[in-house]
Amino acid sequence: MIIVKNLVKKYGDFFALNGLSFEVNENEIFGLLGPNGAGKTTLIHILATLLKPTTGGAVVNGYDVLHDATKVRESIGVVFQAPSSDDILTGYENLKIHALLYGIPRGTREKRISEVLKLVGLEGRKNDQVKKYSGGMRRRLEIARGLLHHPKVLFLDEPTLGLDPQSRESMWTYIKEIVTEEKVTIILTTHYMEEADMLCDRIGFISNGKIIALNSPSNLKHEMGGDIIKMNFTGEIPSAETFTRFDFVHKVEFEGNTVIVYMDEVNSNMHGLIKDLKGVQTIEYKKPTLNDVFLRLSGDSLSGDSPEGGFMQRYAQYKKS
Amino acid sequence: MLSTKNLNLNIILGQLYALWLREFKVFLRERSRLVASTFNPLLWLFVIGSGLGSTNLQIGTDYQKFIFPGIICMSVIFTSVFFGSYIIWDRKFDFLKSVMVAPSSRTTVFVGKTLGGMTTSLFQVALILVIGVPLGINYDALSLLQIISITLILSFGLTSLGLTFGSYIESLEGFQLIVSFVVFPLFFLSGALFPINNLPAWLNFITLIDPATYSVDAIRNSILHLGTYSFELDLQLLLLFTLLITLIGIFSFKRMKAV
Repeated sequence: MIIVKNLVKKYGDFFALNGLSFEVNENEIFGLLGPNGAGKTTLIHILATLLKPTTGGAVVNGYDVLHDATKVRESIGVVFQAPSSDDILTGYENLKIHALLYGIPRGTREKRISEVLKLVGLEGRKNDQVKKYSGGMRRRLEIARGLLHHPKVLFLDEPTLGLDPQSRESMWTYIKEIVTEEKVTIILTTHYMEEADMLCDRIGFISNGKIIALNSPSNLKHEMGGDIIKMNFTGEIPSAETFTRFDFVHKVEFEGNTVIVYMDEVNSNMHGLIKDLKGVQTIEYKKPTLNDVFLRLSGDSLSGDSPEGGFMQRYAQYKKS
Repeated sequence: MLSTKNLNLNIILGQLYALWLREFKVFLRERSRLVASTFNPLLWLFVIGSGLGSTNLQIGTDYQKFIFPGIICMSVIFTSVFFGSYIIWDRKFDFLKSVMVAPSSRTTVFVGKTLGGMTTSLFQVALILVIGVPLGINYDALSLLQIISITLILSFGLTSLGLTFGSYIESLEGFQLIVSFVVFPLFFLSGALFPINNLPAWLNFITLIDPATYSVDAIRNSILHLGTYSFELDLQLLLLFTLLITLIGIFSFKRMKAV
């Protein structure tokens, strides 16, 4: 559905995108994960024909983004990071204006507007001005707007940025529904690991304008070494064998009287892991954060540093040396 | 072949309607905008009009009546040019991007937006025309038609001018500052407040290159029969200016960065 080839975007001497290549399959949810400034939004802008790449190219729904811009635009819907609906107009009016912009014929216009409103659960609020909507409703309205013209590809740039946890989860439900109901390929950017995990069939990690890993969420997590358990012991420290005999444990590290265990599926395996242990004083559980993934993937990880080697700890080490 | 062409035209008209509708609805919901922007011209009409009118100027008519065409044009000048600042708003929140990813051409977006600005001006002109009645201004069908045509053309041209500025200037503050340097001379040098047939040569020259001069003169022709040039000449020069600035505006819009 989308083919990106050696995409480069330069601003002066700065490479926003530095030779990016990947492909997105039909009807998948493809996540672009990366920190702020990694080039995610630049990439979306190029694919949406708003920006021209310095070199390289991309094909969306069989159309070249450089030479067939209009055809590409007819094939895509875009939800931008910043709100882009008119808050002085009602939800319905926003949709009607965009339906006209996309040339949706009069006969099907009203029907389609009600369809998308229903899809994002806003039919009850369609005659309210958008300024009375919550952040999540606004974002949903924009998704509805992006879907009006039956696009083949829907771009969602940070769809849950700034939403509270509850709205975020309901947004995920809507996004999943959209894929089944509308048969659309979704590309979403995010910097929330759990969001990518929940939604995406495949994830591409972007860092410094390059894809540094591309895989399904479960495979990526597996490569990461899974969840992290940190245990403090009062008495004798158990041997590594105590932990590695379990299949779900990937790796064990020792640090003084602390043991760090990398394992799969903490929820179901925790009991098995600790039931025979003696002298456990504290247990800390940590999911790998995006930062951890990045440090690891980009090879910046400080070897020997504990998984919780945060800023303060490194600062303390720095002061000591 | 013909049918696809018709279809395209239909779509383009729909897009123009959409862009216009958006501006119009926003305008209707922000009535304070209309009130605020009509206040200034009325202040001029009543304060300057009555104040200077009491000094017995030799201009062939009551001074307040004399500047009435100028005040109509003033409201068009200010509203239209400042309408260009909305494009900066559109860029600030992502509305413009959302229009740019729709399959509509930049020319369509530009013209649609200009039509929106024109409508805003038209409402204001209507309001001022109504206020003219108790001041003793007489209209007939022809003069109303002439005034509306002239103000629509002027408004189209000046909204284009505002949008042209808006497409180059990134900040609202910058826009206000730069546009003030354009708007006030446009108004003052148009002969809105004084007759232009006895001016010193340098001032006369500047009024000649000010497009607003011809719209003021045309309306003065129409309702006071006091024009310096003929209505036809005024109309032609105004059309020429509007065409020119619209082309420049479309060109600027095409090269404007979407993000």
